[in-house]
Amino acid sequence: MIIAVGSGKGGTGKTTVATSLALALAAADGPSLTEEGPGRLVFLDCDVEVPNAALFLKPTLDESETVGIPIPQVDLEACTFCGRCAEVCAWHAITVVGHQVLVFPDLCHGCGSCALQCPEAAIREIDNVIGTVESGRAGSIIFGQGTLDIGQPMAVPVIRRLKKKHLSAMTDGVAILDAPAGTSCPFVECLRGVDYVLLVTEPTPFGLHDLRLAVEVARDELTLPVGVVVNRDGVGDAAVDDYCREEGIPILARIPLDRRIAEALSDGHPLVAALPEYGALLDELLGHIKAEVRR
Amino acid sequence: MRQLVLLSGKGGTGKTSVTAALADLASRTGPVVTADADVDGSNLELILNPRLMESHAFMGGQVAAVDPVLCSQCGLCVDVCRFSAVIPAIDGHRVDPSLCEGCAACRYQCPDDAIRMQLQQAGQWFRSETPFGPLVHARLFAGQENTGKLVAEVREQSRRVSLEIGRDLVLVDGPPGIGCPSIAASTGVDLALLVAEPTASGIHDLERALAMLEHFRVPALVLINKADINPHRSRAIAAFCREHGLELVGRVPYDAAVTGAMVRGQPVTVFDPGGPVSAALQQAWEKVADRLTAVAPASAAT
Repeated sequence: MIIAVGSGKGGTGKTTVATSLALALAAADGPSLTEEGPGRLVFLDCDVEVPNAALFLKPTLDESETVGIPIPQVDLEACTFCGRCAEVCAWHAITVVGHQVLVFPDLCHGCGSCALQCPEAAIREIDNVIGTVESGRAGSIIFGQGTLDIGQPMAVPVIRRLKKKHLSAMTDGVAILDAPAGTSCPFVECLRGVDYVLLVTEPTPFGLHDLRLAVEVARDELTLPVGVVVNRDGVGDAAVDDYCREEGIPILARIPLDRRIAEALSDGHPLVAALPEYGALLDELLGHIKAEVRR
Repeated sequence: MRQLVLLSGKGGTGKTSVTAALADLASRTGPVVTADADVDGSNLELILNPRLMESHAFMGGQVAAVDPVLCSQCGLCVDVCRFSAVIPAIDGHRVDPSLCEGCAACRYQCPDDAIRMQLQQAGQWFRSETPFGPLVHARLFAGQENTGKLVAEVREQSRRVSLEIGRDLVLVDGPPGIGCPSIAASTGVDLALLVAEPTASGIHDLERALAMLEHFRVPALVLINKADINPHRSRAIAAFCREHGLELVGRVPYDAAVTGAMVRGQPVTVFDPGGPVSAALQQAWEKVADRLTAVAPASAAT
C-alpha cells in the first residue's frame, strides 16, 4: 500500500502531513492500513531537489549510493568523426568539431542512442553522477531519501532509483512518499504506481489553483484515487471547499491555522511530536484513507 | 536589460506575493515586465489582474509513435528503450507518451522504419497587460515534461517585451526547487532575490538554492519573510548572510494582510499600503533597485 503526499503548490504542508502520518503509523501496533495486517513501514522523501523530511524524522542514514546517467565516452582511435552520434542525439549533448568529439554531460538524458548508432562501435558509456540515494531508519520507520546534486537539472532519475530500491520488492506494509512540489515530470514520476494520493492544500487562491493542477495530473491523467487535507484551515476563503464538493473529492482532514504549529515546525519538530493533541486528527485521517482505499 | 529572479528553494515562502509587490513598487516609475517562470504552478496571474492579449502554443518535445501496419513486432524498440515507454503487443507495439523521453533511439533501431517522432504541444504561453505593465506567463499541460524549455520561452519573450516597452528591467517569479525549471529561470539573470523563511526547512533549502546560483555565477540577495515566526532562526539566517557576504535586504513580518491581498487578487502593497509588510517591502525594494543599478547587465556580456 503506497500513499503519495503531494500538493501542487509548495509550502502547503506536504512534509508536515507525510512525516506525521508516518509517525502516527509507527506509534500504532504496526502499519495496518491493509487487511493483511502489520508489515514494513517505509518513508521516502521524493522531493529530491529540496529534501526536508530528514530534518523532522531525524533518521540514521547508514547506506548511500550514487545515481548516475550513462553518458558517452568516445574512443578517438576508433572514431572516424562521421557525426552520426550528433545527428541522432535529440538533446545536442554530443557534437563533432573537426577531429574532436565534445560531450555535454548536463544535456545528456542517457538514452544510449549514440552508442547504438555509432558505425565504428567507438562509443562506450560511463556513469555521470547526478545525485545520491541514502537509506536508513528512523525508529521503526525504514527511511529513504534522494538528493539531486547542485547544478544538475534532472530530478526524475533520482526519484526513479529511490522508488525502485525501496518499493520494487514491497509486498506488504505501507509506504509514504513525500512528493515534490509542482505538477510536472518529477511529480508524475513520484506518483507512478502508488495506491492513493493525498493532496495537502491551503484554502487560498494559490492553494486552489495548484490543487486543480495536481488533481488534473493525479486523478485525470494517472487515474489515481485522491483525497484532500486542508491545512491552515480558516486562513483564506471557502473556494477550496466549494471546488472539492463540486468535484466529489473528499476532504479527509482539516488542520487549523494555529501559530503554535508554524513555530514547532520552524524548529524541526514534527507536528504530532510537538503538539500531541493533533494525534487524534492524524489517527482519524489514517482511518479515512483506509476507508477510501477499500472503496 | 536587467533581470531579477525570485527564488527560494522551498515552496510557499512567499516568492509570488513578493514578486507581485515588487511589480507594483517598480511600476511607480513606469510599466515593468513581469515573467512567471513557475509554469506548473503559475500564480502571479491571480494577483496582477491580467488582461489576456496574446496566446501561443508551446511545442515541447517529441514523442515516438509506432505505425501498427509496418511494425513486425520484432521487439528491438522495447529492448533499446531505457524509459520503459514501449509497450509490446501482438497487434503492433505501442508507446506510452507519458513515459517517452523523445530520444528517438527506437526510431533509429527499427528495421521496419515503423516509428515516427511527433512534436507535442506541451502547453501555452501568454502575454497579458496588467495595471503594472506587461505579464508573460504560461501553462504547462498536466504532467508534461520540458518545463525548463517553457521557462526559457517565457524568459525570452519577457526580454523581448521589455525591449519593446523600453524599460530596463524584468522581474522573474521563479519556481520552487533547484532542478531544471529553477536553472532555466536563473541562468543569465543579473541578480537573484532569495525569499527565505526562518524555519528548519527554509534555511536548508535556502542553502541549496544559493549553491545552485553560485554554480551558475548569479549574485544573490536575501529577504527573510515571516521573520517573526521564529526570531532565533531569523538571526541564524542573518548570521549566515554575513558569513557568506550576502546582503540581507529586509525582514518582512508575518501578517494576515498577505493572505488578505491574495484573496482580493491584489499585491499586498496595493491592498494594505500603510501596513508593516508594505513598509518592509518598500525598504527592501529600494535596496534591490540599488543593487540592480550597480550590476553590469549579464545580457551585455553575451
